[in-house]
Amino acid sequence: MTVLPSAAEGSAALPPVTRAEYCVVACAEAWRGDGEVLASPMGLIPSFGARLAKRTFAPDLLLTDGEAILVGLDGTVEGWLPYRRHLAMVTGGRRHVMMGASQIDRYGNQNISCIGSWERPSRQLLGVRGAPANTLNNPVSYWIPRHSPRVFVDRVDLVCGVGYDRAAGLGPQGARYHRLPRVVSNLGVFDFETPDRRMRLVSVHPGVDVAEVVAATGFDLVIGAQVPLTREPAADELRLIREVVDPQGLREREVPA
Amino acid sequence: MSADEAVGRLASGMTLGIGGWGSRRKPMALVRALLRTEITDLTVVSYGGPDVGMLAAAGRIRRLVAPFATLDSIPLEPHFRAARERGAFELTELDEAMFMWGLHAAANRLPFLPVRAALGSDVLRVNPQLRTVTSPYEDGEEFVAAPALRLDAALVHVNRADRLGNGQYLGPDPYFDDLFCEAADAAYLSCEQVVETAELTKDAAPQTLLVSRHSVTGVVEAPNGAHFTSCAPDHGRDEAFQKLYATTPWAEFAGRFLSGPGEHAYQSAVRAWHEEQK
Repeated sequence: MTVLPSAAEGSAALPPVTRAEYCVVACAEAWRGDGEVLASPMGLIPSFGARLAKRTFAPDLLLTDGEAILVGLDGTVEGWLPYRRHLAMVTGGRRHVMMGASQIDRYGNQNISCIGSWERPSRQLLGVRGAPANTLNNPVSYWIPRHSPRVFVDRVDLVCGVGYDRAAGLGPQGARYHRLPRVVSNLGVFDFETPDRRMRLVSVHPGVDVAEVVAATGFDLVIGAQVPLTREPAADELRLIREVVDPQGLREREVPA
Repeated sequence: MSADEAVGRLASGMTLGIGGWGSRRKPMALVRALLRTEITDLTVVSYGGPDVGMLAAAGRIRRLVAPFATLDSIPLEPHFRAARERGAFELTELDEAMFMWGLHAAANRLPFLPVRAALGSDVLRVNPQLRTVTSPYEDGEEFVAAPALRLDAALVHVNRADRLGNGQYLGPDPYFDDLFCEAADAAYLSCEQVVETAELTKDAAPQTLLVSRHSVTGVVEAPNGAHFTSCAPDHGRDEAFQKLYATTPWAEFAGRFLSGPGEHAYQSAVRAWHEEQK
């Protein structure tokens, strides 16, 4: 059991929580309650979030070393997960991935392949990678480090990850494993828990205005009368982020203060 | 056989599978040998890395079948990007799992395997040749029928092999190199070191024997043959050199490193470049 300092002690002793640290906590929350599944974080802050979650409220998560080995928090090898088994874990559903998105729309359709026409893209990006299978088989959350109308778009140029409107079109059979638990950006947290499955603003990170989120989003978000703030890291979480999970402070490069 | 002899068995217009994944254990010595030939008009099937980038930059690809191309530590493959943006080749863009099941289908002599992927996504829009299949059982679910990725030839690189074509990987991930070989009419396997058969399992477990000789046509000894991609535990990725590859105009890079008479000239040019950086 960690002994928590009182709020007064905490604030006196520690530098204030940065935006990047709110993002780490918001990403960690994606895996809360997932149990014994593989956490597949793409990107730096999701990786720190997954490690924070495993160190605190989601100790049963499985993590890889970034290649083919399942490792504990201290690096102890506990399993083997080459790509062929990783892809089987996707279709078996025992995985929750947090992917990036070059574009995402109001229903969570995601694009990482190319910008412009597919036949002759103006900007070729990664390709569809595993997004089409991921979204039909295991929970997929998204991390977007630079929230802008160029990323949160009315229509994505190529649907790689399937959103709720297209999943609904597949019928109850085709969509039975489709779930997009949350989207985290540098401005706030979003989900699709609305009657028509449009993206909803769940919380804004402290220091962010709702108006700022609206201005940076290329479609109408569902916004409640009161938008809460993204939760504060507990004192032990903040210590873990700063001293254990990311002692080099790489998070501040992905999301500058 | 030599790398040049291996690629001498290939021909323009072939469908060529290339093993490894991204910038990991790619058969680069064989790709470099291929670049020294006039062979072109290829359909390349790959979890793409610099193999795709180089062949695309050199204009050898008519069609690429891939779910991505990446250099891993450098997310976007620059020559793949440039070639796509100038419309240099046709693309069959598949999901990673569809691609794997396509290789399984080919290796098992099946026309397709059902996959829960691509439905609802634009993979179906950009691949109008793809068909779906309905479960004949009570559930009646609809799947994509991932078509067999049958190959005229496959190129793979592993850590060790014997002269008969038994290939051994000693790193953490087999990728899909066994499947590439089994899906191909002919497979050419390069390795860091050729050893006697008995040597293979002297200090390593038998399950490291990834590729069997019945699926291999020719063995090429190519030390550092995956360079600059990783080939654990023999060598890691040459990050400095990969960065040079990614940031140098293709003609300049090819002129300095790929215009020599063979793999030896390439490895010498790389050593000379590293010396200059000291």
